[in-house]
Amino acid sequence: MTEETITLEVTRYRPGHDREPRTESFSVPYRKDWVVLDALNHIKDRVDGSLTYRWSCRMGVCGSCGMMVNGVPKLTCSAFLRDYHPGPIRVEPLANFPVIRDLVVALDDFLEKLRRVKPWLIRETEKPVAEGEYRQTPAQLDAYKQFSMCINCMLCYAACPVYGLAPAFVGPAAIALAYRYNLDSRDEGYRVREPILSDSVGVWECTFVGECSVVCPKGVDPAAAIQRSKVAGAKDWAMSVLMPWGGRK
Amino acid sequence: MPGNDAHQHDVLIIGGGGAGLRAAIAAVEESGRLSIAVLSKVYPMRSHTVSAEGGAAAVMRDNDSLDTHAKDTIFGSDFLADQDVVEAFVKEAPGQMIQLEHWGCPWSRDPDGRVSVRPFGGMTVNRTLYAADKTGFHMLHALFQTSLKYDSIVRYDEWFATSLLVEDGRVCGVAAVNVHDGTVSAITAKAVILCTGGGGRVFPFTTNAAIKTGDGMALAYRAGAPLKDMEFVQYHPTGLPGTGILITEAARGEGGHLKNKDGYRYLQDYGLGPPTDKPVHRKMELGPRDILSRCHMQEYQKGRTFEGPHGHYVHLDLRHLGEKLIDKNLPFVRELAKNYVGIDPVYEPIPVRPVVHYMMGGISTDINAKTPLEGLYAAGEAACVSINGANRLGSNSLTELLVFGARAGRSAARHALERPAVKSNPVAQLVSDERKRLDSRFLRADGRERIADIREAMQKAMEDGCGIYRERASMEATCKILRELRGRFARIGLSDRDAVFNTELIAALELDSMLDVAEAVANSALLREESRGSHTRTDFPKRDDARFLKHSLAYRTPDAPRIDYLPVTITRWPPEERKY
Repeated sequence: MTEETITLEVTRYRPGHDREPRTESFSVPYRKDWVVLDALNHIKDRVDGSLTYRWSCRMGVCGSCGMMVNGVPKLTCSAFLRDYHPGPIRVEPLANFPVIRDLVVALDDFLEKLRRVKPWLIRETEKPVAEGEYRQTPAQLDAYKQFSMCINCMLCYAACPVYGLAPAFVGPAAIALAYRYNLDSRDEGYRVREPILSDSVGVWECTFVGECSVVCPKGVDPAAAIQRSKVAGAKDWAMSVLMPWGGRK
Repeated sequence: MPGNDAHQHDVLIIGGGGAGLRAAIAAVEESGRLSIAVLSKVYPMRSHTVSAEGGAAAVMRDNDSLDTHAKDTIFGSDFLADQDVVEAFVKEAPGQMIQLEHWGCPWSRDPDGRVSVRPFGGMTVNRTLYAADKTGFHMLHALFQTSLKYDSIVRYDEWFATSLLVEDGRVCGVAAVNVHDGTVSAITAKAVILCTGGGGRVFPFTTNAAIKTGDGMALAYRAGAPLKDMEFVQYHPTGLPGTGILITEAARGEGGHLKNKDGYRYLQDYGLGPPTDKPVHRKMELGPRDILSRCHMQEYQKGRTFEGPHGHYVHLDLRHLGEKLIDKNLPFVRELAKNYVGIDPVYEPIPVRPVVHYMMGGISTDINAKTPLEGLYAAGEAACVSINGANRLGSNSLTELLVFGARAGRSAARHALERPAVKSNPVAQLVSDERKRLDSRFLRADGRERIADIREAMQKAMEDGCGIYRERASMEATCKILRELRGRFARIGLSDRDAVFNTELIAALELDSMLDVAEAVANSALLREESRGSHTRTDFPKRDDARFLKHSLAYRTPDAPRIDYLPVTITRWPPEERKY
């Protein structure tokens, strides 16, 4: 009996050789416990060693292997062939990013934005290590925990129509991470991050399409972070206009 | 291959995982005048630290003591740990945990706001801090995000170091490929720290990510540094069949049970009982990993394991813990089991089997993370410092990468402050030679050997000869096969000749690293004629302190590695029989 196969239609692009990205079809064994990444590894090991993509942990936590699968941003290590049976399965690089080669996109823009939102604990005075930990109750932890689960996989940027049209937009993951620190009971950096989030390419750019939260593989819900940041920013603005002391907390 | 040579730093760190980032921050804090560089073949947040689940051990409570943590670690190591190093390790561990807390790590908390601690295998008291069951992920992202605030840390993301530059006996940088454009450049520094992790990918079935190919170990080894205690490879008792995805020991710390095909908690038959409903430290499912993995194999030999499409397995049963506790403390376990084996652990037991997880061995360093090569340091799984000896206790490795990552950063920074700048003429020559080597060996080579064929043959040989149970004949066969594969590797042929993002070239370089690591493991194992910790010989079933209470050191030669030995440092805990 011949083994059942499934077809992958993979985007190929070699800079300096291809003027435009093209599609190449590969027939791979159809195995119910295989994910799309297993199929790509099969192609690379056995068919075409030049197929280019990123991957590492194959357990949905390192964030390397995001691609468009049938037009939807997915971690290919968690996208099972059986969910796309009988195929074909279209595998493309993440949308909204410059393509370096085949399925590999450039992340420089995100890394620059991540640094810009200051995703680290900001304190007016640092407590010496010898004095022990900052106390934080389980409820205080729960207030930001969800937003700390971001694996930087970039699926939300690939799904975001605003980022596609206005690449200067800080974008879902970076805003969610800024918000994560703003919500952390140990942090005192809200005043420093707020102007970054409120400027012209910050939270106000978002038109609340909500696709970012739909595609997030870790349930981070960046759309909620963006909306709640807007509320906080608007409240700050109103306070600064209406209150005699400028709304300082 | 073109390239430029204008990259100069004081301290260069290879690897951007937990140890590398901790080293970078420690180096910056040692002196703000130093230029620090972190070079990694992946973006730092992709590093394998991200996959660590269960937690990090440190003495945080009054019912615990540094001596107890030290004794548990030494006992767990089967007395092969250096006891002076273990004492320094347990002493600095609590401060490192608090430092990470101050950097925002979302540790799980008790109702009073203190960081929580959970039980872990081989530990006498609850001392494992955790962030649910994504501890490594949270630690890595806290370190990475914190590192972004330092302007003096420069990153080389997606660069691959191909060789150490050694001038006049001193390590003075690396030659590295920028994966994005294929250029090969010198990155010079007065001190280099290797934090590249272990090499679990030399085995076919492992929890380790694809990037765990022992590159840093191979860099040091080729430059003449010895690899210490490489025969000790840890099998984690609970991986998912097929993929090898890790199901954390915390699942047992929280009270999970291991059951054979008869639903029987078999560990009680191997001296780990009596079985109790609530977990008891160091008993049953909280026994150490080497022993639990051997128990699994013995159950298999007795015909008491399940048989599935991916081989034998047993059940990890969490059902009695209830949905609430599982969702609070083990949400990732639930997610992984649902996604990858279609099992919801709230309602069904999880199929598990032993899987290669960690290398106790690595680049030989002293207590300050310094290797025998001047200017070269190492920390984390890439190094062997050595606190893990013949068997690491779960939750000591995340602590290790903080304690010794920080020590490496400080040591390297102090070294760099005392050193003059690196001379550029010899470096230019070294890099020019390296460009020619990479061109002729890989990009212009017309061999016919495939990477995947050699890699799979290596992995099979390692599983056949260096698995949970070992004996002379199969290890000799493995050593011989690995030599032959080294010969075949010289005839490798790539189908990808492009400069831009050539992942096939990287795969070839990684295979080159793995072949070195595999030979060090197999040859060190062959010569250790005793059973100790993870190294279990059916032909030498007893520990033999008279002959082997010593570290092995593997040195690279043009042929098989040369194995030498180094005494173990004993301070206050004389070797005794290891019984739980």
